[in-house]
Amino acid sequence: MTEPVLRVRDLKTYFVSEGGGTARAVDGVSFDLYPGETLGLVGESGCGKTVTSLSLLRLVPEPPGHIRPGSLIELEGRNLLTLSPRDLRAVRGNRLAMIFQEPMSALNPVLTVGDQIGEGAIVHQGLSRRAARARAMEMLQLVGIPDPELRIDDYPHQLSGGMRQRVMIAMALVCHPQVLIADEPTTALDVTIQAQILELLDRLQRELGMAIMLITHDLGVVAGTADRVLVMYAGQVVEGGSTPDLFHRPVHPYTEGLLASVPRLDQPRERLTGIPGTVPAASAWPTGCRFHPRCPHAWERCRTDEPPLVEIAPGHSARCWLVEEPGRRRPGASGVTR
Amino acid sequence: MNGAHWFAIVAAIAWSAWAAQWLRLHFERRQRRATAGTGRRFVRPPGTLIAIGILVFFVTVAVAAPLVTPYRPSRQLDIVRLQNAPPSWGHPLGTDLYSRDTWSRLAYGARVSLAVGLLATLLAATVGAAVGAAAGYFRRWTDAVLMRVVDVGLAIPRIFILLVAAALTAHLPLAALVLLLGLTSWFATSRLVRAEVLTLRERDFVASARALGGGDWRIIFRHVLPNVAAPLIVSLALGIGQVMLLEAALSFLGVGVQPPTPSWGNMIAEGRDQLATAPWTTLFPGLAIVLVVMALNTVGDTLRDALDPRAGAS
Repeated sequence: MTEPVLRVRDLKTYFVSEGGGTARAVDGVSFDLYPGETLGLVGESGCGKTVTSLSLLRLVPEPPGHIRPGSLIELEGRNLLTLSPRDLRAVRGNRLAMIFQEPMSALNPVLTVGDQIGEGAIVHQGLSRRAARARAMEMLQLVGIPDPELRIDDYPHQLSGGMRQRVMIAMALVCHPQVLIADEPTTALDVTIQAQILELLDRLQRELGMAIMLITHDLGVVAGTADRVLVMYAGQVVEGGSTPDLFHRPVHPYTEGLLASVPRLDQPRERLTGIPGTVPAASAWPTGCRFHPRCPHAWERCRTDEPPLVEIAPGHSARCWLVEEPGRRRPGASGVTR
Repeated sequence: MNGAHWFAIVAAIAWSAWAAQWLRLHFERRQRRATAGTGRRFVRPPGTLIAIGILVFFVTVAVAAPLVTPYRPSRQLDIVRLQNAPPSWGHPLGTDLYSRDTWSRLAYGARVSLAVGLLATLLAATVGAAVGAAAGYFRRWTDAVLMRVVDVGLAIPRIFILLVAAALTAHLPLAALVLLLGLTSWFATSRLVRAEVLTLRERDFVASARALGGGDWRIIFRHVLPNVAAPLIVSLALGIGQVMLLEAALSFLGVGVQPPTPSWGNMIAEGRDQLATAPWTTLFPGLAIVLVVMALNTVGDTLRDALDPRAGAS
């Protein structure tokens, strides 16, 4: 197997509040990202997806946040957590880039899109303004914006939402990074535009050979684009595996719950089942299994002991006591027909 | 005052009117392009055209003072026959106690008053933007220290600082006056800029710039400060008027611009004893101050409406 381009081990990002409480937003996340693959990171709001992605770029505001010692984020063999600010800036946007959720607010309203796209090339590759403009023009073409020679001098508010997201992608890819982190890249867009943007990311991935980490709460997006999926709950990875495995043979009740809350065309159902309750506050994760208050199968052991993440099949792992005691499963309780 | 001077004055007025019209048209066209399709219509505020005209006129007169005036501002024409002469064709604004031509002094005084106002305000805006951006962007102790300095600055009445400084030096050079005015006028600007930067630094595009490898200075100068330009320009326009008033007050009190260099403030000061007998020596410089300050305030307000980022682009 090839070497992973990004290795994350035991990533812990905590936030210390003024009252002295500690929010363990990301609490021991580990994963590998291989060149050219798409890794989906799914979960509800508040379960640590975005903090994970910000931690990878070390963009977590400090204070109040900090990444615990003992965490490892290794990009192409270099630990990002020990880099100097200067070296870190050389990595950001150059080897590891990120696109944000809201294409409107993530673009500077007073700079033309050409300036914003070219900026990365100026910063990282020392291009002249003229060369950066030429590069920006290429990027606009690459991301499929019609009439790039006209659009290059537009300001963000003159573009539609889908075009803005294309500009964001162009900004992130201007230096051909090895890893692209896409934090809910399609959430703010119409469904038809969503499909176009996902298609675009897919095409660019094939052309440029980068790895994509796709963060989303939309399982439909993940099913269509990701090779592997990590399910996060309460700051931890609760299940991970290849996309077909995860969708067809989910093990963790949380994964099952997520799948059951998505409308499906191929299986007629009368009602969608939601997961009762909400994600607890990151400052007070439940003891034992963090999902037990919402889990339909939970028993005594789940309330006291925290289950480990164990591999149940090659490349498929889950953090649940049901793996050891499958007999405890209450049939039909997760709302998944299998 | 011969035909050439009158012609130059008429030309200056015509040029001001044309320039004001052109500026307005240009501005409106840009507005319309920026708001195209948003359904927002650019509303022309009343009086802005006149205000721009007034500003262009005084700036033109200041720049072209030798062309539009017949005499040197300090030249005493005829101390016997032309003392406190009322306005006439030869002396359109009359003459003062020393038989100097008021129109000539007004034009050359515009150079001093406008230059002092503009330079001091530019200095204040620069310092204010730098301090405000540093405080708002870096937060923590930088913010705490800088803002306490600003608190102190705002707590001391400015006129006292200026009076003390002026009293300590017998004859205040013009450059020193500009420095003094500029370095005591930036406190409010820095607060304004800091408040803007505080919200801007939390915006996604700043995080995005950081995620793409931008350093702090690049982010401040390229991403944050351009977004503060609109309120800064407005405060600049309003600030020039304030500083001009302050300069006039100081000159009136005798510690600002020193005679015989004419400034609108010290012209009023010198003419105040003849207020009853020769009102034109104080009336016209006073009118000039009022007109320019009002025009600056009007333009400032219009700019505020037009440049308000919350009104456009969303």
